[in-house]
Amino acid sequence: MIKLTINGQKVTAEEGMSILDAALAHGIEIPALCHDPDLKPESSCRLCLVEVDGRRWPRVACGTPVRDGMVVETETPEIRATRREILQLLLDNHPNDCLTCQKAGECLLQKYAYEYGVTFRTHDGARRGGERARFTDTSSPYILRDESKCILCGKCISTCAVLNERSVLSFAGRGFETKVAADRDETLEASTCVSCSRCVAVCPVGALIDRRVREKKIRPWEADRQTIQCKACEYGCEYEVLEKGDERVIRPLAPSEGRPLCLKGRLYVEAEVSSDLRTPFKKEETEKGRKFVRTTWIEALELDRILDRITSTESESTK
Amino acid sequence: MSMTFEKLKEIREETLQHMNLRGLPTDRPNAPYRWSVAICMETSCMSSKAREIKQRLLELIERDGKGDEIEVVGTGCFGLCEAGPIVIVRPGETFYYHLNVEDIDLIYEQHLLGGEPVRDLIYPESITEDGYLSYFDIPFMEHQERIALRSSGHIDPEDIREYIAFGGYEALYKALVEMTPDEVIDVITESGLRGRGGGGFLAGRKWRATQASPGDEKFIICNADEGDPGAFMDRSILEGDPHSVIEAMAIAGYAIGSDQGYVYVRAEYPIAVERLENAIGQANDLGLLGENIFGTDFSFDLEIRLGAGAFVCGETTALTASIEGRRGTPRSRPPYSADKGLWGKPTMINNVETFANIPYILLNGPEAFKKIGTEKSPGTKVFALSGKIKNVGLVEIPMGTTLRQVVEEIGGGIPNGKAFKAVQTGGPSGGCIGPEHLDTPIDFDSLTEVGSMMGSGGMIIMDEDNCAVDVARFYMDFIADESCGKCTPCREGTKRMLEILIDITEGRGDETSIPRLERLAKTTELASLCALGQTAANPILSTLKTFRDEYEAHIKEKRCPAGVCKALTNYFITDKCIGCGLCARQCPVSCIKGERKELHVIDTEQCIKCGLCFEKCPVKAIVKK
Ligand SMILES: Cc1cc2nc3c(=O)[nH]c(=O)nc-3n(C[C@H](O)[C@H](O)[C@H](O)COP(=O)(O)O)c2cc1C
Ligand code: SF4
Ligand code: SF4
Ligand code: SF4
Ligand code: SF4
Ligand code: SF4
Ligand code: SF4
Ligand code: FES
Ligand code: FES
Repeated sequence: MIKLTINGQKVTAEEGMSILDAALAHGIEIPALCHDPDLKPESSCRLCLVEVDGRRWPRVACGTPVRDGMVVETETPEIRATRREILQLLLDNHPNDCLTCQKAGECLLQKYAYEYGVTFRTHDGARRGGERARFTDTSSPYILRDESKCILCGKCISTCAVLNERSVLSFAGRGFETKVAADRDETLEASTCVSCSRCVAVCPVGALIDRRVREKKIRPWEADRQTIQCKACEYGCEYEVLEKGDERVIRPLAPSEGRPLCLKGRLYVEAEVSSDLRTPFKKEETEKGRKFVRTTWIEALELDRILDRITSTESESTK
Repeated sequence: MSMTFEKLKEIREETLQHMNLRGLPTDRPNAPYRWSVAICMETSCMSSKAREIKQRLLELIERDGKGDEIEVVGTGCFGLCEAGPIVIVRPGETFYYHLNVEDIDLIYEQHLLGGEPVRDLIYPESITEDGYLSYFDIPFMEHQERIALRSSGHIDPEDIREYIAFGGYEALYKALVEMTPDEVIDVITESGLRGRGGGGFLAGRKWRATQASPGDEKFIICNADEGDPGAFMDRSILEGDPHSVIEAMAIAGYAIGSDQGYVYVRAEYPIAVERLENAIGQANDLGLLGENIFGTDFSFDLEIRLGAGAFVCGETTALTASIEGRRGTPRSRPPYSADKGLWGKPTMINNVETFANIPYILLNGPEAFKKIGTEKSPGTKVFALSGKIKNVGLVEIPMGTTLRQVVEEIGGGIPNGKAFKAVQTGGPSGGCIGPEHLDTPIDFDSLTEVGSMMGSGGMIIMDEDNCAVDVARFYMDFIADESCGKCTPCREGTKRMLEILIDITEGRGDETSIPRLERLAKTTELASLCALGQTAANPILSTLKTFRDEYEAHIKEKRCPAGVCKALTNYFITDKCIGCGLCARQCPVSCIKGERKELHVIDTEQCIKCGLCFEKCPVKAIVKK
């Protein structure tokens, strides 16, 4: 057990815990854009900076393990000013699209910008991913990408790589021109992406969006929300049901505790609870590369063999 | 083969027989050779035909059957690269400079056969009333002291036997056979050697930490990524004396308990890579690398890894990621490399020059090393001197030498009678030091105090024709381009600082420009993940400190005092004009008008500011304002 002080409060934490987790365990929230409890810390957004032992040089809370006797301050004027500057740097390179953005209401950038009073674009320099918000990859029937909103936190890349055989995403380019690329900078359709939506579930902003939720125009705050578990396999991944009026859609929730998420599961849950069944698509290798093609629900859920057996058994018994 | 001390001695004695003229205390009296011709075979001299000169000389010797009297040695860099290609004839260390391939015929006939040096081809500053100074006595060399470059210019870097003849691999023997790993680390710690790669971290402490870190498998890495613009210290050591680094890495391996080393070297250094490969091969053949070195149970293997060409890959954690085959981006520390480095194993990374000092320290003892330099920065430092300075090249000076000594004495001052403006040290992480600090001694702490840093050894001299804002823009351009893009402050902040600097140099600066630069500088310094971002603003901060008035002239008066920033500079013809019309004929856009023998006028609207007229005017009637 490690004893330390956070914002004057004496707290205990376990050996190896990060300052961020230790603080959170005691109800102290530290702003964090690239941290994910299920992923290794990348410490790239730099928003979680805190003051340690009164030193001028701040440390990242997500990547610094707790130490006995440590004195942490998370809200000094210096620290807050630095966070404000970091947020400003992000917003100077971000489209002003909260009004129409699917992520509004649960977007972390929006949340912290509000908290720190930072506004859009005070500097009219270069922009990455286009001047305006727009979906830069609409090739997938399940996922929409908008690179102009990406803050390069890297969570999508890390979560996709948790399953070795997926590892579709990676950073490409460098410096200001860095971007997230699928395989060799291909569209999601042409890439090896399996449409599991792990990446969508962890993206802190509106750069990766669930297309089917978006098409129903339901934003989370206006919906009744309920978490359910997929029953298609023993992992039991979590999905959220969003219900507004007569409409019901589902979306995958962040994969935790080793759950993988998969497209089949998603479609299974959709089939189970969505208010209407929308055409399922599957990826096929064609001469022109990988393509999404329409399929049937029976095929998508791999029910053909089961159905065959059921129908043949039943027709036999009724003979 | 397995190596013993006796065999090492044998090789040494045998080789020394042929090396009687190489100008080190090991000279033997009964020489087989009458003349020894050393030709610099490093990148800079090679690019000006050193290889062809050597080839021609060998042909002449072959033709006349003089092979028994004259030896020809391709060596490492002599330092005064600006005078290259360089040939030194021993005895006498007569210094021939700027040679053409044909010149070697004359030197051969007149000097090597006739005994009479060719005065016209000799470096002027080495000519005195009663003869010729040895290369090592010219003013350029006077304040220098060579430890890291101790064998460069004396031995053939492609022949391990010559390295051995000069005491090579004796330090390794001493460490393996006569000392415990702890004793080796004690000596390094005692010497006070600080890392030459930029940070100045105590080498001994790093060795100790890696030794103490638990683990069966540990690694030694030599950082030869050298990405600072204009720097070539490490390249020079690898090209001129690769075995000193190999020997040192094996010693480090023994000290910390590692049997595997990697040299991470820029792929843009083909000659260095080739010599290193060759040297590793020879060391393996002689049993100085590999299994059971000197019959002990210590084994050490060395491999080369080629860098991906990104500046940031010189950063420790990015470098290890790159060797592992991942994207070369830094990661947050802890864990430190000493605990979790390459493939998660304890790893010790030193710079090329740091390693090159190690054999010297082990052989001569920490006291000898500490006698050189200052108390807190013992030893020497190699610098690549460039910019507005007469003697462009590689210098190795004892720490504590002042900047003034380097600029005025070693460097030979500023050419063309121009005034000194600043010296830039520390590369893109460093800063500009103005004339008021010229008497600062060169050591880690003093350079930091005056707002710059030691860095890895780039030293660029600027004169009155350099614009401070333009210099800051140059470095920020480099850094913004080299930022790996991982963390927010550096990725976004360097780009914004660059944009503001471009605005200032193009006349779009306003009263918010400097405060915004200062705010961004602070954020990138405090919040960036690695030292690249943390130091990115130094060139801005240091120029703002010394040359704030120049920034203000750009912003408020829309004027570039040095006449460098094109958008803010206009060309005018003064009444000194004699109406020769030369300028008008040069002008690519024909915007100079005037009758013969009458005052000419430039149409500043049309002028594209190419500067051709300025260069051409025979009476210097054209001015930049
Ligand atoms: C962006 C960046 C680039 C660096 N490039 C180099 C380099 O090219 N060569 C080098 O030796 N050290 C470089 N360093 C410093 C290394 O991280 C490290 O401190 C050094 O190799 C340690 O060796 P030393 O203790 O012998 O100096 C760089 C550091 C940073 C932050
Ligand atoms: S991603 Fe967030 S900040 Fe950006 S437009 Fe959408 S809601 Fe607003
Ligand atoms: S949907 Fe799944 S496989 Fe596709 S990119 Fe996202 S995480 Fe990777
Ligand atoms: S797409 Fe989203 S999760 Fe991926 S890097 Fe960008 S902001 Fe982060
Ligand atoms: S989503 Fe896929 S992996 Fe997860 S429980 Fe459902 S079927 Fe299994
Ligand atoms: S400071 Fe710059 S180079 Fe270093 S990790 Fe951040 S973005 Fe990359
Ligand atoms: S600077 Fe060039 S374009 Fe301008 S007047 Fe002179 S020669 Fe012509
Ligand atoms: S959350 Fe810690 S750096 Fe992003
Ligand atoms: S490269 Fe020949 S003297 Fe430096």
